Amino acid sequence: MRTTLLAAADPTLADFGHDPLWISIIKAVVIFIVLMLGVLFGVWFERKLISRMQNRYGPNRAGKFGLLQSVADGLKMGLKEDLMPRTVDKVIYFIAPVVLAVPAFLAFSVVPMGPKVSMFGVETPLQLTDLPVAVLLVLAMASVGVYGIVLAGWGSRSPYAMLGGLRASAQVVSYEIAMGLSFVGVFLYAGTLSTSEIVGAQAGGNEIFGVPMPSWYMITLFPSFVIYVITMLGETNRVPFDLPEGEGELVGGFQTEYSNSLKFAVIMLAEYVNVFVVSAMSITLFMGGWRAPWPISLWDGANSGWWPLLWFFAKMVLVFAFFIWCRASLPRVRYDQLMALGWKILIPVNLAWILLIATAKAFRLTGTDRTLVYALGIVVLVGCALIWWRFDSVMQRRKEEREAQVQAEFEELGAEPAAGGFPVPPLDLPHYHGVARKEVSSGSN
Amino acid sequence: MTDAPSYLSPTGQEIVFLLLGAVAVGAALLVVTTRQLVHAALWLVVTFGALAGCYLVLTAEFVAWVQVLIYVGAIVVLLLFGIMLTRAPIGRSADLDSGNRPAAALVALATAAVLVTVVVDGFRTAYAPLRAGGGSAGEIGSSVFRNWVLPFEALSVLLLAALIGAIVLSRTDIRGRG
Repeated sequence: MRTTLLAAADPTLADFGHDPLWISIIKAVVIFIVLMLGVLFGVWFERKLISRMQNRYGPNRAGKFGLLQSVADGLKMGLKEDLMPRTVDKVIYFIAPVVLAVPAFLAFSVVPMGPKVSMFGVETPLQLTDLPVAVLLVLAMASVGVYGIVLAGWGSRSPYAMLGGLRASAQVVSYEIAMGLSFVGVFLYAGTLSTSEIVGAQAGGNEIFGVPMPSWYMITLFPSFVIYVITMLGETNRVPFDLPEGEGELVGGFQTEYSNSLKFAVIMLAEYVNVFVVSAMSITLFMGGWRAPWPISLWDGANSGWWPLLWFFAKMVLVFAFFIWCRASLPRVRYDQLMALGWKILIPVNLAWILLIATAKAFRLTGTDRTLVYALGIVVLVGCALIWWRFDSVMQRRKEEREAQVQAEFEELGAEPAAGGFPVPPLDLPHYHGVARKEVSSGSN
Repeated sequence: MTDAPSYLSPTGQEIVFLLLGAVAVGAALLVVTTRQLVHAALWLVVTFGALAGCYLVLTAEFVAWVQVLIYVGAIVVLLLFGIMLTRAPIGRSADLDSGNRPAAALVALATAAVLVTVVVDGFRTAYAPLRAGGGSAGEIGSSVFRNWVLPFEALSVLLLAALIGAIVLSRTDIRGRG
């Protein structure tokens, strides 16, 4: 009972690869320029919004509302002396920012931004190109981008930069797995890895008893969406997962040795473009891409012509604002917490969820042997319960052992304070348990 | 399988494929001859990248991007992670050459000879024309899960065993038996 309301203007894979060269060049240049401008004003928007969240004004000197602040910063970076520290690996120190930036821009080439429009008389989709495996391309580009961080950290020949690079490599590799797994649900439901067709698959929902169901995957695949949102913060090294930079403990992390020169500007540019890429991916895969949200979509012309560019841009601004909101409200996590979250929670939950939707999908196929699916499901469930029970009982036993050990130590030290080799005060002094009266009464001064 | 066209008029695809192969082999040679440890890892990235390019020329898009994702994006990053975690030398290291150089060269040449003879002997003049979409995710998925399920499952069990083995080896709180 699937109603796909695909209009003629909706691009499919077959629509790509027919553009004349000059149209492709125009699209590429426009995407590049828009991304550059997006970074300039994105930085301004972030500083302004986070200032408002922190009850201050933010940049307001350069230009109206401080709009030219990023332009001024960029000019300043361009005019600064380009330092090359003496002991760095010169080639790698130089190419690291480039390695960081190029894949970020490349990944944007498969982001669908609209249906087919007429561009200078040529009918063409608002998307530079599409592949049958476009989403994999984005993941691959993200994984190549890690080299920029790792090499910047290693080539700088400085302990802080090295620590930043180490953290970045482990973090991004771990979160990429969870991110890739969170896409699996979308692939299962859309039946394709091409970005334009995934957007097309979110066009119309099923109808249950005549009531149209929501069609965006952020609703139908909510757990995948939540995991993607967490991993997209981790993948772009944004707060609360900005440990590779960690200015509190690592000065500037991997970019410590890139003093404010143009190389630093390129690193900054790459970071923001990466944020734009993961935002665009979240929109494409989970929020219906360039399609208009519900109340607007009632208007027939909403999903045709150049209008979808506006919806896409509005969604981008909202997702980017979410990034800023997180930065303003969340503290940085500890490194072991980050790893535990990635490996012990996100990946297992993701796998269980994939199993669940694959089972649901198997039921919908015609000619499925239902008893087989039920039997397999019961085996898996019982197996999981058994494994969980075993781990839980072992954990419980270890916890009791630890408690008993602490208790024994406490009693031993209580009887003989110097037993451990160190003179320690008796463990049952009254102020350990709180004293009944205040030692300094209030208003005594 | 159709008759092979002449070797003397290569198509653009074949030229690109040969060039990528040359890049892969050259970078692989640099991996083992460079005296800078981290540079060796980076040349390995170039090798894997060229290999991914070869897959792409052969229309195996899915395999190509998975190659970039897994080998370039995860395995070499982990190698670099390991190098940086231990000593991360900058500049040339004098002790990178081992005494097994002639033996290693011999083994490498012998392996190459075996592979080349097997491939040449097995296919000789067989020629499979490429068609677009032959290596798409759908085709690979259906051939893996229709025709090659058993090897696939055996490989997954092997990888799982390796994974569990790595965990057991790296944990110090699991006592050995006896």
